Amino acid sequence: MLGRRRVLQGLGGSLAASALPGLASAADKPPLVTGLPPGVYDTAILEALPGKKPLIKLAYRPPNYETPLSYFATPITPNDAFFVRYHLSVIPEIDAGSWKIQVGGDGAATPLELTLADLQRGYEQVEVTAVCQCSGNRRGLSEPHVAGVEWGIGAMGNAVWRGVRLKDVLAKAGLRKETVEIVVNGADGPPIATTPDFVKSIPLAKAMDENTIIAHSMNGQSLPHFNGYPARLIVPGWTATYWMKHLTNIDAATKPFDGFWMKSAYRIPSGKFPIVSRFATQQTDANEPITEMVVNSLITAPAEGARLRAGQAVEVRGIAWDGGYGIAQVEISLDRGRSWRPATLGRDLGRYSFRPWSYRFTPRPGKATVLAKATNAAGQTQVDKLIFNPPGYHNNVMRPLSFTVA
Amino acid sequence: MRSLAIAGALLLVAGAASAAESPVPLKDAPGRQLVENNCAGCHSLDYPRINAPFLDRKGWEAEVAKMINAYGAPIPQENVPGIVDYLTRSYGVGG
Repeated sequence: MLGRRRVLQGLGGSLAASALPGLASAADKPPLVTGLPPGVYDTAILEALPGKKPLIKLAYRPPNYETPLSYFATPITPNDAFFVRYHLSVIPEIDAGSWKIQVGGDGAATPLELTLADLQRGYEQVEVTAVCQCSGNRRGLSEPHVAGVEWGIGAMGNAVWRGVRLKDVLAKAGLRKETVEIVVNGADGPPIATTPDFVKSIPLAKAMDENTIIAHSMNGQSLPHFNGYPARLIVPGWTATYWMKHLTNIDAATKPFDGFWMKSAYRIPSGKFPIVSRFATQQTDANEPITEMVVNSLITAPAEGARLRAGQAVEVRGIAWDGGYGIAQVEISLDRGRSWRPATLGRDLGRYSFRPWSYRFTPRPGKATVLAKATNAAGQTQVDKLIFNPPGYHNNVMRPLSFTVA
Repeated sequence: MRSLAIAGALLLVAGAASAAESPVPLKDAPGRQLVENNCAGCHSLDYPRINAPFLDRKGWEAEVAKMINAYGAPIPQENVPGIVDYLTRSYGVGG
């Protein structure tokens, strides 16, 4: 099987390229932020996956494509511009008519199967607006650089997710009281049998949270293929590693799950980050799984390096988000952090959503440098110096943006 | 004929599952073929290119070891030094 698949991958690549010669050469220069490894500027291109707008292609296979900055001008990220992230390269096309989720595990007294129709009609339908952010968003900005997918600022997006509560499904599965974690798997898998399949678990309490849902709809439409069609897990507040795409299995487990993607990957050093929501059954003395997102913000306008006319007001705009406590304030500094002024918060789409903000002022002629700093309702704020960790997670360093007024 | 039919069927599956993948050229240097043969079965070759140049020899050794030990890549032990040499020289720092 190994040999066959490898042949298939190579063949698929070269044939596709020769059949569509325009595709590779049509690649435009992607809008990349500064500070990434030099190899990213040599390699990344703007390219469209089937059903998607051109996104920043960091890697073809497994596909890793980030959302360009311009799509963050609105608090809801369009489906066809939503970032794509896979660990493993075999991503089957799914026939929604025959697709099922198996719900079981040693903690389930009454296992069951879910079809797409069950998800759409068999349970109460709920909606949550939530940020889906890769744990490694901004890894490419780590100093020093660390190995991995060298994401800039766009391995994230915000959408209105619609589906059913995981706890409602688990109630039908007859959870035993010994259940400690819920283990989830999806249809995507490795090209060779020796690579660990991407399987994750979440603590029972997070699974029973009324905001944790199985979503079959994203911004009012079916999920795009590359964002987990026909259904994915939504774990609001927590990083996207838990948001299993192409969901096929939900297992109630009476022991902590010890697969590679839990015990060895996606772990942060303990005690370095101001994390409230943790994963007790997976902690060791040295490290623990990444869980909730740290508070962060992004300036979306004006553009870096823009030339603006003197005497006119400028509106600095952006978004802020966190692990679900809600954004309490965003402040702006025009003097590299010596003094801060409050920005105006925009419409509140819920505590798990991007929160738009703006700050209007008339800059003096010359070069202006703006810093934005978000603070959440738990009192957590962005850092001015990176909390370094080898996997490059939780980068919420304030990023200065400069423009010229003349 | 039979093998052609199989190749066709497999391609169809691949086409449905993934996007068109253009070849990602690696720097021409001794060991390039070794890297293409041992790495491209599981991932496209933009992975080493975007991770450059900041890993030293130890860093590339660790990456190749991770592919073998964590991800189960079937890379023969005797190929490892050549792969690490190529990656360090072409996509690393400190030779």
